[in-house]
Amino acid sequence: MYGKKVKFRAFFIFLILISLVLTIFLVVKSLEENVVYFKSPTDIKNLNEIKNAQKIRVGGMVKKNSIKINDKEIFFVITDFKNELLVNFNGSVPNLFEEGKGVVAEGFLKDKSFLNADKILAKHDENYMPPEVSEAMKNN
Amino acid sequence: MINYFNPNNTLKIINKVQKFVFALFIIVLLLGLVEALVLSPEDYKQSDSVRIMYVHVPSAWISLGIFSVISILSFGVFIFKNKNFSLITKSLAPSGFVFSIIALVTGSIWGKPTWGTWWAWDARITSMLLLSIFYLLFITSWKITTDTSKAEKISSIIAIIGLINIPVIKFSVEWWNTLHQPASVKILEETTIHSSMLTPLAIMTAAFALFSLLIFLMKYNTELLKIKNKGLNRL
Repeated sequence: MYGKKVKFRAFFIFLILISLVLTIFLVVKSLEENVVYFKSPTDIKNLNEIKNAQKIRVGGMVKKNSIKINDKEIFFVITDFKNELLVNFNGSVPNLFEEGKGVVAEGFLKDKSFLNADKILAKHDENYMPPEVSEAMKNN
Repeated sequence: MINYFNPNNTLKIINKVQKFVFALFIIVLLLGLVEALVLSPEDYKQSDSVRIMYVHVPSAWISLGIFSVISILSFGVFIFKNKNFSLITKSLAPSGFVFSIIALVTGSIWGKPTWGTWWAWDARITSMLLLSIFYLLFITSWKITTDTSKAEKISSIIAIIGLINIPVIKFSVEWWNTLHQPASVKILEETTIHSSMLTPLAIMTAAFALFSLLIFLMKYNTELLKIKNKGLNRL
């Protein structure tokens, strides 16, 4: 039906595509560590060794009633509802930093349950609604 | 039967459609802006910065959609040497590129007040940057060579390779931990955007799609005129 050249080009592009998909898959798989923007407290617990000199990002929920602020520092607990991690930070936090909401803390691990953060990012979830709706949902 | 491959006929049709699309675009854009900036409520957490979403999300959708179309047509360009397809992909690229940049910039502006950072090298944002780079490569491949058949070959290969990036962008937020939030508008599950915010989002998407169509028609028109001026009366 089609000429030889057309068939050859179709085969050629198919081969390129397959090999590229395979390469990219393997590269991404081996770089998994870096593709992941942050680790969960459970990932931290499962670490074999802690590299104190290496910056690390930990993400999860800010545990309810865990935020404590003194004159210099802020302490809070990141949880993924299986494991927890205590974080301390001195500096200003983003507006959306709140108890029960997502957060990513960047800094150095002291041990498997304590992170010395030098940057706090608030994570926004996929829910968008007007304040009245949010109020109504809370009351239910 | 109408000869669609005669540029003279196509040019006449395009000129008519172009005016209609332009008028429709202006109406839909005005409607969308009023909905997005005035009538829609502020968000319970982000307050007014939610309005950035009405530009950010449609831009991202459309830049992804246009690249998908370019990639699929590029199979026809590369395998069957379809000249018309190559004119279409060439004319589609600029608006797709601009929308991918708009998505990145508005995302950055939204990221500062909500996340607390302008930029993060997470999977979604990096793969979106890669999309802009693919657009840029595609457009420059047409500029660097004057040999049309060579440009067709290179640009279509770039677009086909870039197709792999599209599902990566879409699913990056589900496959890996990212700072970027997961999709709110889902096909199979319930949408997590309140209906009062979904309306402006839908209208703005329609407006941007019409704008892309308009720019495409103008570019396609120019390409056809170029062919006509070369003295060829068919593609």
